[in-house]
Amino acid sequence: MQMKVMVPIKRVVDPYAKVRPLADGSAVDTTGAKFEINPFDEIAVEEAVRLKEKGIATEIVVVSIGKSESEEQLRKALAIGADRAILLETDMVTDSSVIAECLKQIVSTEQPALILMGKQATDDDANQAGQMLAAKLGWPIATFAAKVEVNGTNVSVTRETDTGEQVVELVTPAIITTDLRLNEPRYVALPGIIKARSKPLIRQAVTTESSSKVNMTHVELPPSRPVGRKVGNVAELAAAIKERGVL
Amino acid sequence: MSKLLFIAFYESDLSAAPGFAKALGIDYDTFLAPSVPSDVFAKELAKIATGYSYIASPSSMKSKDALPYLAGLLDTPMVTDVISVVSPTTFKRPIYAGSMIATVETIGNPVVITFRPNGFEKGLPVSASTVTLEFTEASNVKVVSESNRGTGRPDLGSAKIVVSGGRPLKEAATFESVIGGFADSLGAAVGATRAAVDSGIAPNELQVGQTGKVVVPDLYIAAGISGSTQHMAGIKDSKVIVAINTDANAPIFEMADLGLVGDLYTVLPELQTELKS
Repeated sequence: MQMKVMVPIKRVVDPYAKVRPLADGSAVDTTGAKFEINPFDEIAVEEAVRLKEKGIATEIVVVSIGKSESEEQLRKALAIGADRAILLETDMVTDSSVIAECLKQIVSTEQPALILMGKQATDDDANQAGQMLAAKLGWPIATFAAKVEVNGTNVSVTRETDTGEQVVELVTPAIITTDLRLNEPRYVALPGIIKARSKPLIRQAVTTESSSKVNMTHVELPPSRPVGRKVGNVAELAAAIKERGVL
Repeated sequence: MSKLLFIAFYESDLSAAPGFAKALGIDYDTFLAPSVPSDVFAKELAKIATGYSYIASPSSMKSKDALPYLAGLLDTPMVTDVISVVSPTTFKRPIYAGSMIATVETIGNPVVITFRPNGFEKGLPVSASTVTLEFTEASNVKVVSESNRGTGRPDLGSAKIVVSGGRPLKEAATFESVIGGFADSLGAAVGATRAAVDSGIAPNELQVGQTGKVVVPDLYIAAGISGSTQHMAGIKDSKVIVAINTDANAPIFEMADLGLVGDLYTVLPELQTELKS
């Protein structure tokens, strides 16, 4: 049985790097920043590759929408084990609804049985694209996946919830958004990255007519907290807590 | 007519309704969402949604699961984690794990919103009318089982005091007795770092931070937590942050109001006694 898995990935600023707004507050200053695959998307790539290693997935297509430089992240996904890559090239900054429209366009030609993607990107923290894509495709979705088991056209997903866990079953074609506990992505050594250079990567233009409905107009730093103090011992700490009246 | 449809996924969400409607400067109806898969919820809500200019709910995993699906069906703007309303079409929200605040403009109606309640007034809904809906749509998601690990402790999101632990607790039993025991002595909720959750020391629903829960207690006690950006994103609106860590250079001390360099295993029992005295 054929099972094509599509994994959309986003190029984001290294989540461990310190970033600031540009001086005029018009955007985030990414000068000199290191970029990575959005960590949740990397978990999605890893899960797809594990499905292929188990003989369940037959082909993995990674997709990114963004600047030409996103090739770097697609190459890394290929190195992790994806088979081929599609880059929808655009310099526009788009909201999640446009991303969902673009992905829908790719789904119509690629016809994957399963879409695995991160629950949110660590730059805009929106947590929307997967659900919007499911709505537009009319496909079943399981968000915040902590465990995925595929059995033919049935997919069982353990989801994280506000109070614990929920197990749901989906029939493919379906969408799953990944949470942190799904897996720990493998480390890819240099030979793997070099080898991945020969895997196919095609560039396409964005054809969707839809435009962003949410636009960022300003970025600022949050108000900073007042400087705190260190206390010398437990008695002092207890006294200071009582003094604040927060017990 | 401009009106808000306030969606409560939990009873406790309701107290956030009047404050948020006031920030928008409009009337509101409330809808208490039944426990159904997000596709069914969104399909039913879509039938009445266009009668409203805003559809909003406090941020939770449930609202973040279902509301983007609704926005996708309606092809309408959605803003996640709103912290303030600047104008009817302008909102502020945290980005990059709360290290920056973005101002966003929306185009079109209804605007779908999840918001952080702590930025808005609290109070019980009084005059709002309640919307009822019959759920007839079939889901293409089958719920097999559900576990709610009720702990009998206060809810993390609304607790006045939160005590959190990190990876130094090493194992689940130690975490429960040391952090849980100390929290119980104060009637506090228990939280954990991503590292503690990832290593199986604490259950996932206790995770506090960028990708976990955002807490806004009067008192946040962080024991054995270094203070990553991801964790701080979830606690920085707490009134008083207390850090206890053996590493004097841990980044948590930069944001803590009160810091004590020391071993949590000795500090917490002593602090428990001192606070009770």
